[in-house]
Amino acid sequence: MKGEILFRNVRLVDGRGDFGQADVLIGEGRILSLAGGEAPKVVEAKGLVLSPGFCDPHAHLREPGQEVKEDLESGLTAAARGGYTDVVSMPNTQPVVDTPEAVRALWEKARQIGQARLHPAAALTQGQEGQWLSEARLLQEAGAVMLTDDGRTNEEAGVLALGLRYAASWGLVVAVHAEDAGLRRGGVMHEGEVSFRLGLPGNPAYAESARVARDLELLRYALEYAPSVPRLLHIQHLSTRRGLELVRQAKREGLPVTAEVTPHHLTLTDAALASFDPVYKVAPPLRPRADLEALLEGLLEGSIDCIGTDHAPHTPDEKALDLLRAPFGIPNLEVAWPLLYTELVEKQGFPLATLVERFTDGPRRVLGLAPIHLEEGAEASLVLWNPAEARPVDPQAFASKARYSPWAGWRLQGWPGLTLVAGRVVFSASHPELLY
Amino acid sequence: MSASATPTFPPHLLDFQDWSRPQIESLLETARMMQEVLARPVKKVPALTGFTVATVFFEPSTRTRISFELAARRMSADVVSFSGAMSSTTKGETYRDTLRTLEQLGIDAYIIRADAAGVCHQAYRWLGKPVLNAGDGWRAHPTQALLDAFTLLQSLGSLEGRKIAIVGDILHSRVARSNAELLPLLGAAVVACGPATLLPASLPGARLTTDLREALEDADAVMVLRLQKERMDKGLLPSLPEYIAAYQVTQARLGWAKPQAPLLHPGPMNRDVELEGILAEAPQSLVERQVANGQAVRMAVLYHLLVGRKRSEG
Repeated sequence: MKGEILFRNVRLVDGRGDFGQADVLIGEGRILSLAGGEAPKVVEAKGLVLSPGFCDPHAHLREPGQEVKEDLESGLTAAARGGYTDVVSMPNTQPVVDTPEAVRALWEKARQIGQARLHPAAALTQGQEGQWLSEARLLQEAGAVMLTDDGRTNEEAGVLALGLRYAASWGLVVAVHAEDAGLRRGGVMHEGEVSFRLGLPGNPAYAESARVARDLELLRYALEYAPSVPRLLHIQHLSTRRGLELVRQAKREGLPVTAEVTPHHLTLTDAALASFDPVYKVAPPLRPRADLEALLEGLLEGSIDCIGTDHAPHTPDEKALDLLRAPFGIPNLEVAWPLLYTELVEKQGFPLATLVERFTDGPRRVLGLAPIHLEEGAEASLVLWNPAEARPVDPQAFASKARYSPWAGWRLQGWPGLTLVAGRVVFSASHPELLY
Repeated sequence: MSASATPTFPPHLLDFQDWSRPQIESLLETARMMQEVLARPVKKVPALTGFTVATVFFEPSTRTRISFELAARRMSADVVSFSGAMSSTTKGETYRDTLRTLEQLGIDAYIIRADAAGVCHQAYRWLGKPVLNAGDGWRAHPTQALLDAFTLLQSLGSLEGRKIAIVGDILHSRVARSNAELLPLLGAAVVACGPATLLPASLPGARLTTDLREALEDADAVMVLRLQKERMDKGLLPSLPEYIAAYQVTQARLGWAKPQAPLLHPGPMNRDVELEGILAEAPQSLVERQVANGQAVRMAVLYHLLVGRKRSEG
């Protein structure tokens, strides 16, 4: 059999498991064979791992309007370097992405950039103002895969209930930033022992859990109108033990709810704020260790479906303000995989295939995309990564415009070296010859 | 002061996290010497000749700034002042830009006040020069706590086993936080009291209560905090009259404390709000002495940061 690229002796790990070594032949945008073949480009990949390309259900790429922070080119390049082949962009741009024209324009521009593929999310309500529903059906036709008002938390329960019912009729998922604005008030970090000691305004865990509880009730309500919908409510960046317990219970009842967790909520705690460095200012805030441990448990058992990066770049100057004024968010598309591979799999024995599942099948399930598994005929959207290569995080080398990181200097393993989107090499640090 | 008797000091005064009891006691001892200087007809010593100190106030303040500037001048330092409020909508120069501009002018120590917790920590990270926290948000006001401790020691002799009550808006108070860090280092037990919506759920170094009588009973000293009227606007307190009814420190309520228990207030005072007005001039009120002591304490801190620390290192 003849193909374009042959990976020889590469170890295969996808969301189903670890399948050991194979010779993988790529051609026509697909995996042609797992039993070798002929190709003009041959990669000796012994010691390297091939996995399906990662999928991020939650990234802020800032275009249009905030290109000083990030744009499609820098954001999607950062994604490809991080091993991502598919990225969902949040609609809280300027203007808000709430029209089919805006969705189409983003999609078309991303296609021309040719890095990771873009799947735009559109606003649930017009202007994300929480009043009037946006045109879900037309947005979907234009390419939107998700509806969300994201950081503009859904304060009006009645509007979210209507939105869920309407989205259900088109098979769209509604993502919520589950935090009660009245409870969160002006909090800039988790409310608790550390915030009381540091004298910083706190945002209590109950702002999240109270909102998760409400939104699950609204989901039950919407299901009275659309009982058979397979997926409907997606809870973004779950950060608390109590919020997780509510999701776990709802899943046991069979409710069509999914949830994500960010790399930072799995690796950092509120203790980091004692440095008073706004690089640790994120929303929802970093929580105490007990929450982090509960989230790891939820990720392992599947109550949490996937990793959502909440890649939220801001300029370095904005992040050098004080903790009251600096904006919430950090870039992490480029470090998410090596970070969690190192901290969870290498250091804590988290099962590798499960982590791969949470980066691949899990997020694709949230979005209603078919899974990619390493078998003949599968779409060749893949990442080749090196479990042994260890190097420190260097934000200055980021493709993202946000060149800072709470993990700067952390020595990580598992760096992606090569990313293919439908058979095309979009990133190749480990095998630059493949780019030509 | 011999080098061997002087403990080494942190290169900044951001809060009391890095400070030990011997360091604090040595600092307060220096303040006593400074007090003697201030009692002389010519209140000036050459200790800081050739040093340039900047007061950088991102949050307006007159009293604290004057106290710091005078303290620096009494020791012959050159003093420059920057003040400029940062509002949440200001798109102009950031803290970092301002400080880096001052850095180019050859400043030896920075005295910084800001409305956000942590700005002094950030400044120390950016500048690597001695930074003295003159109040950062709700976080810390270490020289206020030092002058409170100094004043209490003058009056009580020792703080070992003493019960110190702090009354008012604890949640938003850098004075309460700094005293809760410092006074236990000197052996005192701090009880912080205020309405439930103005108390944190926990505070290291202090026992918390909403019961004013419990806080004042058998207290060796009482510190009353200023009530910011904006707490009403944010819905944290239903009304001023109710606060006064429940938490104003009055002559009658002060009877719950030990006889002649000293009364402190960091100022500026809302007379007849947090404190019954006539108490400010009562014999046990140390409010004016606090202000006078503030200067001596600030001289001592500047001396340690700029001269004493280096001397002990050498």
